[in-house]
Amino acid sequence: MTTFKKRLASVALTTALGTGMNLAHAQEDPIKVGILHSLSGTMAISETVLKDTVEMLIEQQNAEGGLLGRELEAVVVDPASNWPLFAEKARELLAQEEVDVIFGNWTSVSRKSVLPVVEELNGLLFYPVQYEGEESSENVFYTGAAPNQQAIPAVDYLKNELGVERWVLAGTDYVYPRTTNKILETYLKDQGVAAEDLMINYTPFGHSDWQNIVSDIKSFGSAGKKTAVVSTINGDANVPFYRELGNQGISATDIPVVAFSVGEQELSGIDTGPLVGHLAAWNYFMSVDSDVNYDFIDQWIEYTGDEEAVTNDPMEAHYIGFNMWVEAVQKAETTEVGAVKDAIIGVTVPNLTGGYATMMPNHHITKPVLIGEIQDNGQFTTVWQTPSTVAGDAWSDYLPGSRDLIADWRAPMRCGNYNVTVGKCGASAGEQAAAAE
Amino acid sequence: MSISRWLTFLLIALLTVPGMTSAQEERAPEALLEQLAEASPRDTETVIKAIATSGHERARNWLDAYGNNRLSQVKDTGQIVIVLNNRGRDWEVADAITGENLGETSRRDLDRIAVNNAIRRQLEGVMAMMNLYANDLEVREAAALDLMGKVDDAVVEDVTARIEEEPDADIRSRLEQAVAIYQVEEQGSAEVINVLAGSLHPRARAALNNAVASEDPALRAPAEKALGSIEQKLKMNKAAETLYFGLSLGSVLVLAAIGLAITFGVMGVINMAHGELIMLGAYTTWGMQQLLPGQPGLALILSIPAGFLVAALAGIAIERSVIQFLKGRPLETLLATFGISLILQQLVRTVISPQNRTVVSPEWMSGSLVINDALSLTLNRMYVLGFALVVFATLMLIMRRTRLGLEVRAVTQNRAMARSMGIRATRVDIMTFALGSGVAGLAGVALSQLTNVGPNLGQNYIIDSFMVVVFGGVGNLWGTLVAGLTLGTINQLLEPWAGAVLAKIIVLVFIILFIQKRPKGLFPQKGRAAEA
Repeated sequence: MTTFKKRLASVALTTALGTGMNLAHAQEDPIKVGILHSLSGTMAISETVLKDTVEMLIEQQNAEGGLLGRELEAVVVDPASNWPLFAEKARELLAQEEVDVIFGNWTSVSRKSVLPVVEELNGLLFYPVQYEGEESSENVFYTGAAPNQQAIPAVDYLKNELGVERWVLAGTDYVYPRTTNKILETYLKDQGVAAEDLMINYTPFGHSDWQNIVSDIKSFGSAGKKTAVVSTINGDANVPFYRELGNQGISATDIPVVAFSVGEQELSGIDTGPLVGHLAAWNYFMSVDSDVNYDFIDQWIEYTGDEEAVTNDPMEAHYIGFNMWVEAVQKAETTEVGAVKDAIIGVTVPNLTGGYATMMPNHHITKPVLIGEIQDNGQFTTVWQTPSTVAGDAWSDYLPGSRDLIADWRAPMRCGNYNVTVGKCGASAGEQAAAAE
Repeated sequence: MSISRWLTFLLIALLTVPGMTSAQEERAPEALLEQLAEASPRDTETVIKAIATSGHERARNWLDAYGNNRLSQVKDTGQIVIVLNNRGRDWEVADAITGENLGETSRRDLDRIAVNNAIRRQLEGVMAMMNLYANDLEVREAAALDLMGKVDDAVVEDVTARIEEEPDADIRSRLEQAVAIYQVEEQGSAEVINVLAGSLHPRARAALNNAVASEDPALRAPAEKALGSIEQKLKMNKAAETLYFGLSLGSVLVLAAIGLAITFGVMGVINMAHGELIMLGAYTTWGMQQLLPGQPGLALILSIPAGFLVAALAGIAIERSVIQFLKGRPLETLLATFGISLILQQLVRTVISPQNRTVVSPEWMSGSLVINDALSLTLNRMYVLGFALVVFATLMLIMRRTRLGLEVRAVTQNRAMARSMGIRATRVDIMTFALGSGVAGLAGVALSQLTNVGPNLGQNYIIDSFMVVVFGGVGNLWGTLVAGLTLGTINQLLEPWAGAVLAKIIVLVFIILFIQKRPKGLFPQKGRAAEA
């Protein structure tokens, strides 16, 4: 890793020395890029790789001559999986370090904690994880999936391709599964699914005794209609769940489970033999067959020095977000937040699946939706994908109060929650949506 | 290697020697595989069937590889290969037709021949049809079970013909059911409904449910009757299943708590690091599996003494370094051991990894013991239940029948008196704490088969352990056993209608109320021991 860094540095040096212009610029102050990911505590498992991803992207950008002729510099802070500390660290990044952009956060609660700080100090935040939607901030760019870019297409796939008619919505008891399941419940009922064909189940964090629930799913699935489980079960509670499924003899061909929180990183800690054929919905899989993806994997393995290193969906989101920001800065010819914010809307960059991602006016991006089946090597293989990319929808069309809202941060509207029926922009509409939950 | 080469040679010889084999037939398998690579989802089934009936010696190999997502096409040459090892960036492949190992190829150069659940389902049906003619009874049994709900127009005649030839009565009736499902669902035949009447198989029930929902009254009435008799049987099976679930959860609670019943119950030490001793046992299992790769079963069995030793040694270290200095000061002991638990967790995070470790279940522990189609008992939990009972019985023996047990009871009842009788109280303290800690290690070995092995493992069980010990009555091993099994069963009885979250809360509230009424638990200490 150090030799690689040295090599990069030497490359950067030679390019800088090569042209007198660049040398002059390189002596200017570097552009500061804040990285706000937990490096200790419970979330460190997931977030550490995202910090490494941004650092790798910064190194690559510097090797190509930096940005606007200036060097990029990573400013890394550790919010330690502590939600209030996220706000403090964000303030430190913006007020003391005066970073030009922040890449960070994983959990929704940490994002909500950072939100007022970023808005108050007029910062830029790129958020790379799939989330429950119902939010659009002027200062935040959501490069992960909104529910219509993950949950809804996954349900459509099960319904249309596998002929599923009976649904189990199983989740961990907190905000993301509850909101997502509420959206899915309304969506399925709109599609004519009867209430008795829906089973909704919540379990505590880290639940390990799945006997009864799996047995219930089994008998629920023997009513004569094709049944599937839509799982928003969080983190490592999935492992005993899948193990119990296997032991009770439920295979993916009988009752498939589609998961929204199980990625390559999670699978790398388990024996995936009994899981083969179960599904996950993401916007990127490490196994995607595209040259740009293979190159990215090669770079990542070289950067980490670990032949077994895996890539995942939030890493791709940072890859897209970083490149979008770079392009927007080049377009605006400045790193000034207001100008970048305006310039980035409409910016299109390649994603890792061989297509392109565009920043929409509601600060969400366009993504293809991929359905993958788990393989015995801890990877997914894509079995279905949307014919074109899907634009992220900040406000779900399937929640009362939320369906009338749109977000558009272009002039002259510049509003994150514009109510189309009332014709007014305001927090009252957002509160209305919150109250309706 | 040489055998497979010899087989390939034999195969080529067989194909080429008889003059009747035309050039076209020789090429057929390649053509079929290429067809498979290009087939649209609708056509794959025909191609699969063509391969299955092609009679090619490697046909089963291809279908196996296809189902396991191992069939690929080399991008440049169009050659069909079977992927032998699909980890990392370079994959080891073999030619599909000849079976010749081609070495490693970059993943970039391979095009996977797509398979999904729908195709895999068809494959299962096709493979089951092939296996129906196998000589091995178990293979035929599995094949017949696989055919439930998978009989269609194409195979119904073959299956019906097979019923006549099948020597085994169980398999015959299974096949009759499979055909009956097809006849009820596809042809609306009412005569065969009584074939399904006794079946507890989910697919049979699904077929009857669909028949009940149908328009045809001639179908509806017998189906309702058949379903009624099934429901009755199902209820009994469901009750047995819930009881098993309860006992199994209970046995986990007993295992986690029984070590604590000794250290806390008998010695009176509030050991908050008890959960981490469990975790050490689980990590020992992981370490043992790392030392003995490929032999998870042996590693697991060796982990039982190893896990006991590791946790017991850790227990001795804790007792000698901290607890002995805090005798009779429960609050300080509580805080100090809580600190130890944090230290142990962080130690595992830094030394091993913050991420969970994979502990593999040996073959004989996965799957379930099938009683009937509606009731099957998962094997891993059955082993844990048995293990818990054995550990409990051994502990009882030690406490009741050995000198150590006698000394422990003497020291806890009256320390001064015991010492004046010549018992070395300090030594007894060490031994008791080591015993309790070692048993926690055993719990860890068992839990590694049920849950995640990670730094947080212990935390998830410490509250439950104290709950069981307090509910059962401090200082009483029988109390711990009864309390653990009772709480497990109550929890599993509540769960179906209250949900997992609420069931946990109700159990906690129940314990609080119970302790209000009987502060000393289920089996309170009586006589002098109670005052000690």
